[in-house]
Amino acid sequence: MSKTLYDKIWDDHIVHEENDGTALLYVDRHLVHEVTSPQAFEGLRIQGRQVRKPKLTLAVPDHNVPTTDRSKGISDKQSKIQVDTLRNNCKEFGINLFDVNDKRQGIVHIIGPEQGFTQPGTVIVCGDSHTATHGAFGSLAFGIGTSEVEHVLATQTLIQKKSKNFRVNVNGSLPAGVTSKDVILKIIGTIGTAGGTGYVIEFAGEVIRNLSVEQRMTICNMTIEAGARAGLIAPDDKTIEYFKDRPMSPKGENWTKAVAHWKKLFSDNDAKFDKEVNIDAKDIEPLVTWGTSPQDVSPITGEVPDPEKEKDKDRRTAMYRSLEYMGLKPKMKISDIKVDKIFIGSCTNGRIEDLRLAAKLLKGKKIASDVSAMVVPGSGLVKKQAEEEGIDKVFKNAGFEWREPGCSMCLGMNEDQLSSKERCASTSNRNFEGRQGRGGRTHLVSPGMAVAAAIKGYLADVREIN
Amino acid sequence: MEKFIKLKSIPAHIPLMNIDTDMIIPKQFLKTIKRTGLGKSLFYEMRYDESGKLIDTFILNNDPYSKSKILLAGKNFGCGSSREHAPWALLDFGIRCVISSSFADIFYNNCFNNGILPIIIDEKSIQELSEYSKRKEEIEVDLNEQMILYGNKKLTFDIESAKKKRLLEGLDNIGLSLKKIPNIEKFENSMNKTKPWI
Repeated sequence: MSKTLYDKIWDDHIVHEENDGTALLYVDRHLVHEVTSPQAFEGLRIQGRQVRKPKLTLAVPDHNVPTTDRSKGISDKQSKIQVDTLRNNCKEFGINLFDVNDKRQGIVHIIGPEQGFTQPGTVIVCGDSHTATHGAFGSLAFGIGTSEVEHVLATQTLIQKKSKNFRVNVNGSLPAGVTSKDVILKIIGTIGTAGGTGYVIEFAGEVIRNLSVEQRMTICNMTIEAGARAGLIAPDDKTIEYFKDRPMSPKGENWTKAVAHWKKLFSDNDAKFDKEVNIDAKDIEPLVTWGTSPQDVSPITGEVPDPEKEKDKDRRTAMYRSLEYMGLKPKMKISDIKVDKIFIGSCTNGRIEDLRLAAKLLKGKKIASDVSAMVVPGSGLVKKQAEEEGIDKVFKNAGFEWREPGCSMCLGMNEDQLSSKERCASTSNRNFEGRQGRGGRTHLVSPGMAVAAAIKGYLADVREIN
Repeated sequence: MEKFIKLKSIPAHIPLMNIDTDMIIPKQFLKTIKRTGLGKSLFYEMRYDESGKLIDTFILNNDPYSKSKILLAGKNFGCGSSREHAPWALLDFGIRCVISSSFADIFYNNCFNNGILPIIIDEKSIQELSEYSKRKEEIEVDLNEQMILYGNKKLTFDIESAKKKRLLEGLDNIGLSLKKIPNIEKFENSMNKTKPWI
């Protein structure tokens, strides 16, 4: 029978299946961070349970670590307790930890692939919804709650019901200035923030095939913003090349065997999808969000929408609430929206290619005088690579702050936050109310668009920067 | 985990769609290493002003809704992050049942690990139940019968049988899965041969 890529990985991981289709699914890779794991380890301790396969788990503090000088430790008391707790738990249960001052420390979804811990065809979970990121390598990767983290630690499995198959084809080729961030924002804007609920989305088509693996990660990362727990992209030669010689990649004979397995990971030609959507790349422009849901997208050349034109009553109510929160008026030009802060980073856009693209546009220019801007590399190794290439100097010379790696202002669990009514062009993934700080106003953009906004001081068109 | 069998309460209605997990429990409260104590911070930014004072127009700040065990909400409830702090905060506040026309997947799953029943019914039925919220009249949820009883009416809802059983019996998933250790070992042995690089 023909199978989708999702069907193949799912079937390959069933340990046990109940009559109603509820499956016990094997978990090959488990990522752990300081915020959603303490209660899981505590649960194990209370019940006197062990971690079944400590080697299949990798831990890193990322959510609430400071991005400024770390030599004095973490000043926030509660954050320090969480990071210390993670360290103690890893020690007690024998789990590999990249600690705060390890040069490999970084955002959990960036270090997984970087180390070769992430691998095609595996089931990967983490107590974080952006685990979907790893789907870019053809692994079934999704976020779980803390009770499930505990379940995985104790059993190396997870109780799951299979989702439905959804394919999004992005056809044609991307216009100038349009990046994978715009592609995924376009997809979310098209299918809506709950459009993928109950599904796993496979991304396919010429545009996806032509993207680099890092660009593909941006797409899968935000699958959860369309409601789907996991996004998938079939591995190809680029994927295999990416994993060659990574520290935790298979070696020698195992490499050959692994590659042979990875090459079988694709949806069969006549595989059946429960839902399919086609998007033409030529219809995608550089996008920004104007509201408080990632589906609230507009081309940079567009206007803030008028809720009065919305027919659905609930949606209209939500739009009014969003516009009030965001301090925007219907029908104003997007490019007339003045920004205060710029954030480049996060598991969505904190990789070396993102920083290269931004630095290329920024080189020799300055940020607007009334804007403050920061770059937070996704990992210590991304930071090191960027510094070797002189990218840090481009940012610093332009007026950006160059920070230590972590989740930072994407969710503002550390000191990096927006103040009330402060407006930010951000390369992160969520524009929810209060996400980057109480009252803070987030506009989601690509790294290139973040640079354009930094230079102009307003939301601006990356195509006008040269 | 506490069993869920029947529940009677005046429902509190928050008529907003896409209530995300950042709204349910903002990030500053995720720095705890405990599961309890989050109830006072539930819906923090809607409930308290910037000086920390209760906002009296917010439904949960008013009696009898401050004691509601049932929450009625707009579609796509619980979207956003995987933080289990969201169901923990609801539970700690006293809410054991959330009724919406749709839920985000991760949040939906997290509820069942905490003895919270998420019920999916259509928008029209939610409107009907919201009248009971307005009139401060109780409604009753009967999980075994898969029924919501209100006034002299009732409506039924769907739920997966395994999830229903877990709530009714308050089962510990990990304990159940640990009984499958022989299956897990068999799977691992076979995987060591076919995929030795894992």
